[in-house]
Amino acid sequence: MRALLLDVTRCAGCGACLAACAEANELPQACGEGPAEGKFTVLRKLVGRRGEVYYRRLCMQCLDPACVSVCPVGALRKTPEGPVVYDPSICMGCRYCLQACPYDAPRYEWNSPAPRLSKCSFCAERIRSGGLPACAEVCPTGATTCGEREALLALARARLEAAPGSYVPRIYGEREAGGTSVLYLSPVPFRLLGLPENLPEEPLPRLTQRVLAQVPPLSGAAALVMAGLWWLTNRRREVQRAERGDPARPGGGR
Amino acid sequence: MRLLRALFWRLAALAILAAGSYATAVRFSRGLGAATNLSDRMPWGLWIGFDVLCGVGLSAGGFALAAAVYILHLERFRAVVRPAVLTAFLGYLLVILALVYDLGRPWNIWRAAVLWNPRSVMFEVAWCVMLYTAVLALELSPLLWEKLGWPRAARAARGAIVPLAAAGFVLSTLHQSSLGGLYLILPAKLHPLWYSPWLPWLFWLSAVAAGLAMVIFESGLSARAFGRALERDVLEDLAKAMAVFLALYLFLRFWDLGSRGQWEAAGRFSGPGAFEAGMFWLETLLLAGPAALALSARLRRHPQRLFALAAAAVGGFLLQRLNVSTTGLEAATGARYFPSWMEISITLMLVTLGVAAFRLAVRHLAVFEQAPQGEEVESRPAYA
Repeated sequence: MRALLLDVTRCAGCGACLAACAEANELPQACGEGPAEGKFTVLRKLVGRRGEVYYRRLCMQCLDPACVSVCPVGALRKTPEGPVVYDPSICMGCRYCLQACPYDAPRYEWNSPAPRLSKCSFCAERIRSGGLPACAEVCPTGATTCGEREALLALARARLEAAPGSYVPRIYGEREAGGTSVLYLSPVPFRLLGLPENLPEEPLPRLTQRVLAQVPPLSGAAALVMAGLWWLTNRRREVQRAERGDPARPGGGR
Repeated sequence: MRLLRALFWRLAALAILAAGSYATAVRFSRGLGAATNLSDRMPWGLWIGFDVLCGVGLSAGGFALAAAVYILHLERFRAVVRPAVLTAFLGYLLVILALVYDLGRPWNIWRAAVLWNPRSVMFEVAWCVMLYTAVLALELSPLLWEKLGWPRAARAARGAIVPLAAAGFVLSTLHQSSLGGLYLILPAKLHPLWYSPWLPWLFWLSAVAAGLAMVIFESGLSARAFGRALERDVLEDLAKAMAVFLALYLFLRFWDLGSRGQWEAAGRFSGPGAFEAGMFWLETLLLAGPAALALSARLRRHPQRLFALAAAAVGGFLLQRLNVSTTGLEAATGARYFPSWMEISITLMLVTLGVAAFRLAVRHLAVFEQAPQGEEVESRPAYA
């Protein structure tokens, strides 16, 4: 499965990835900083003790994505090659995906009468034909690297070992909510990049799966209880009637 | 004076319809962004939090009372079944209409019925709402057949009332709880005062309590509008049932907060988290107050006070749903949300349409007349 490694320490903020992304995905405007509507990725800047830190945010391409599990019509799909892809033609616009995404990644075309989701497609077509996503192809500094997920995890671990002082000692996305296909190495705490640090290791869809699994037995049980209660209360009424000597229904309904 | 009041309400309704129509035009020609205060961080607002979550919950009286009368043979509630089921039916129609406003691509709404994703809670809710709306229509259909003078159709529909009520109970239990289940996938986003693995059950219990409160509340309203109120002992029994379900809800709520160790979050009255704690206590008091007061027989026997208790419980329920759907999400997402005037005017328009439809139905159909006693059961063969 393909993945991306984003090494924040190597990003120079040149923006080559943004232009390449917009071109490859035929977006109306270059991906960039400002409001993110209609953009697949954004570049942001942090100014702190370590000077300027540039980082990019995009869909994390989760291994077991919450958005895919919640979509009532299956407009989102995780492909075996890694990308999570979106089909606007069947989307009904319920926006449960925006709600469910723990990374605040999908963007919505709020100002369109026929709105679509804007999310990084991980250049699914290019990946399928064995190519690289546009951003990884043009990145001049190696801040965005594409490869097999296992290989990238090994690479990231090697970088952490080689320069332990320059990184938060952890690969973000290795285990978060079941893991993602976009991995981060960062010199600053991940929450400063807007990445939540309170996620469970369990994939989020399991939280709803547990409940949905109860639906068939619960409906069966509820129907049985209803039938039983109907019979019981009906029987009681019949007995009461018989005791009163009500001739209306001799023998009752049975 | 009466005339003046009637004129005032007519004018208010007209103003609401005018504002709502303008907002409708903006919403559908220029998109959700132009009409609402929604954002990527707060993708669901008033239309989901109020129109859908509260609309479905307040309609729960329909399934609860249909089950009580047709399944449990609790004859004393027979007089309330028809208005409760009518309220539920209109409620669900409004929920569906609100969804047409809220969905970004409403022309694809039918696809939820065709393209299955059984892993999605919303897929389950969509199917249940669809089926249950049909069940409600069938439960109500005798009113129409009677009006049209088709006694055989009326008798056939009545003959099916027991299985219909049972199906209504099952479908409602599933989707009332699943509306809470929608939020289970947000463990890191929803504030711990509201995120709970018990959300489905909490939603179910509070919906039944609020549905019953709504029936009491509506009886008070229709007493003023049509001069028709429920009998006092029926109202009293409804209040007792409401108190029982509120108590069950609160018991589960408190036990759950304790077991997750979140009482401390409820006690934060300054700094971050104070807003959430305040909203939590307001919601809790509005639900616990009516539950405790409904225990007093003297209060229960007083229709006006009972009306006020039911209104408070409905208010607490609305706050609970809005807290789950917006308040509880603000801290983690960094979003601040208050509905735009266009969102509010469309919601008001939908409520106005619902009230008008209810009045129309009461005027032309035998909503407040009791269904003939026992007929349903006698005309059909044994069940179970």
